[in-house]
Amino acid sequence: MPESSHRSDDAISRRALIAGAAAAAGGALLAGLPADAQQAPAAKSTTPVPPAIIPDDPTKAPGAPTSPLGSRSTFVRAVRAPTGEITGTSFTPLQNLRGTITPSDLHFERHHAGVPAIDPDKHTLVIHGLVDRPLEFSLADLERFPSVTRIHFVECSGNGRAAYRTPKPEMTPQMVDGMTSNSEWTGVPVSVLLREARVKPEGKWFLAEGADACRLARSIPINRGLDDALIVFAQNGEPLRPEQGYPMRLLLPGVEGNANVKWLRRIKVGTDPFMTRWETSKYTDPLPGGKSRMFSFEMDAKSIITSPAYPEKLSGPGWRAITGLAWSGRGRITRVDISTDGGRTWADAEIAGTVLSRAHTRFQRMWNWDGNETLIMSRATDDSGYVQPTMTQLKHARGPGTDYHFNSIRAWRVRRDGTVTFEAAT
Amino acid sequence: MTARARGVAVLALLVAAATGCRLDARDDYLGDKDPRSFGLGRAASAAQIAALDIDVSPDGAGLPAGSGTPEQGAAVYAANCAACHGDKGEGKPPFPALISSPRPAFDFATDFKIPKTVGNYWPYATTLYDYIRRAMPLAAPGTLTPDQTYAVTAYLLQQEQVIAPGTVLDAKSLPQVKMPARDRFVVDDRRGNRGGKDVR
Repeated sequence: MPESSHRSDDAISRRALIAGAAAAAGGALLAGLPADAQQAPAAKSTTPVPPAIIPDDPTKAPGAPTSPLGSRSTFVRAVRAPTGEITGTSFTPLQNLRGTITPSDLHFERHHAGVPAIDPDKHTLVIHGLVDRPLEFSLADLERFPSVTRIHFVECSGNGRAAYRTPKPEMTPQMVDGMTSNSEWTGVPVSVLLREARVKPEGKWFLAEGADACRLARSIPINRGLDDALIVFAQNGEPLRPEQGYPMRLLLPGVEGNANVKWLRRIKVGTDPFMTRWETSKYTDPLPGGKSRMFSFEMDAKSIITSPAYPEKLSGPGWRAITGLAWSGRGRITRVDISTDGGRTWADAEIAGTVLSRAHTRFQRMWNWDGNETLIMSRATDDSGYVQPTMTQLKHARGPGTDYHFNSIRAWRVRRDGTVTFEAAT
Repeated sequence: MTARARGVAVLALLVAAATGCRLDARDDYLGDKDPRSFGLGRAASAAQIAALDIDVSPDGAGLPAGSGTPEQGAAVYAANCAACHGDKGEGKPPFPALISSPRPAFDFATDFKIPKTVGNYWPYATTLYDYIRRAMPLAAPGTLTPDQTYAVTAYLLQQEQVIAPGTVLDAKSLPQVKMPARDRFVVDDRRGNRGGKDVR
C-alpha cells in the first residue's frame, strides 16, 4: 500500500527535507543531521525472513544458545510504518498486538524535528521561573527520588486524521488509529520536583520544553503538575526508547500526546500559558461559529476493533472472536458495546482483565458470522458517562473541517467472500 | 511546626480521611517522616538558566534586543525559508503554507482544506518569533540572529497584511501587533475532567 496513504498531513520525510535543503544549499544543510536521520527508509518487505535452517522436527536436536538480547520469531512480522519521517509519524501495528501493552519498539513515533541522540550524562532537567529554588536534576538525581509505576496510553491528538479526511477501504487498524500506544511508565511525580523547587503562589502554568531540534514546548496548568503528571525515565521495565524521549519525558495521563514533552530539558513556571506554536496554530480544534478550541488536553473515549479488520480475510461462516482496544483520557472504560448489524443493535463486550484508568483496555465478544455482508463496530463508554460518538454526531458538534481528537465510532465491512475493509462513515 | 499548625494539619487530615479527598496530591508519594525537601539536584545558576530560557510570551517577555523590518526580512526569507515554504510562502507540501491571500474568513470548521497561515490562524505575533527562534530553519535551527528573526517575522506579517511596509519590529513593538485571529480561540469547553455525555 502506498506510503502516502498513512502519512499525516504535515509529515516531512527525509526525501522532502533533502529536496528542500538541496534547493537551498546543495544539501550541505543536511550535514548536521544525526546519522540515523540520513539512513534510507527501511525496506518495505512484508514477507517474513525465516532462519537459514528450520528443522522438520525441533525435538531432535538442541536449539540455539543463549543470547544477549531477545528477538521476535522470524515468522512474526509486526512493524511500525511509515518509516524515514523526520518531522512525521510512524504508526503502531494495532492489528498485531494482543493484550494491552504495546511493545516498546512498536510504540508509535511523532516528532517534529527528528529523534535526538542524547548523552544522559550531559542531559539535565532545569526547573526555574516562579519558584523559590531554581534547580537542576540529572537522570541519576531523578532515580534517587521515590518513583511510581503506572500503565497509561499515549495518543497523538491527530490520531485518526487520515481515516477522517482521506478514508480508504484498504486501511488497517494501524493506519486508522495507530498513533496510540500503551506502556508501563516509571518515573518521579512532577509534584515531588515542584515541591523541591517550591512553586510561588502566583505560579499557575508551566512550560515543558524538549531538547530536540525544534525544542518543542507546551504550557501545562500547574494543577496537572501537582496532580498526576510524571517525569518518566523508564518504559516497560527498561530505560525510555529514544523515540519516546530518552532519557526523560513528561507523561500526562490521558492527555494528548504532543503535551507529553519528550527529551524534557526545562520546566519554567509562569503566571499564564506561554502560547507556543503547538498550542496555538497547531493542536487547536476549529469549531463552528468561527472559533477554535485550545488546550483541549484530554483524549475522549474511543475504541477500535482490531480483529477482524483489513487486511484479514475470514475463512467462512461460524464462530470467531471480535476483539479490539478501548481507552479514555478521562478515566476507566466501563463498557464496550459491539454491533454486528451496522449499529442497529448493540451487545455488551467482555472486558478482559483489570481495567485501568486512562489505559488501553482489551475487549472481545464471540460472533457467529452467518456469511452475509454486514458492518461490525465498537462503541466505548467511560466512567464519566461519555459515550463514543458516531462520525455524524462528531461532525455535527465540531463541523466537517475540524481537526484533532477524531474519536468517532470505527466500522469494518465484512463481505460474503470474507474480505474485511474499513468503513469511515458511522 | 507550632502547636496550632499541628492542630490544623491533624484536622485537615481527619477531614480528608472522612471525605476520601486527597489533602495534597504532592504528599501521596511521600512518607510521614520525609523531610520538606530531599535536597537532591543542584541549584541552577542564572547563566545556566539564561542559556536555556528562550521562550517568548504574548506580553513580550523573553524578547531579545534587536530589530528588523519587512524589507530586511525579504532577503532572510529568500535565503532561509523559501526552499521549503515557497517563494511566496505558498507552501510546498508537506511543508506548510505561511501566507495566504486574500485572507479567508475564520471558517476552518467548514473545510479542513482551508490553509491555516500566519495571518489567518496564529493568535499571537510573539509566537512567530518564539517558534522561528526555537525551531527554524528546519535543517539548521538556532542559526538566525535576533535581527534576522525580527526581520523575517516582520516580512511574514507584512506579506499577510498584518503590519505596514517599513514597520520596525523589536521587543517593544512586536507584542503590540494585534493578530487577526487573536479573539478566535476558546479554552477547552468540553466537560472538563468530569467528562460527560455531551459530544463536543
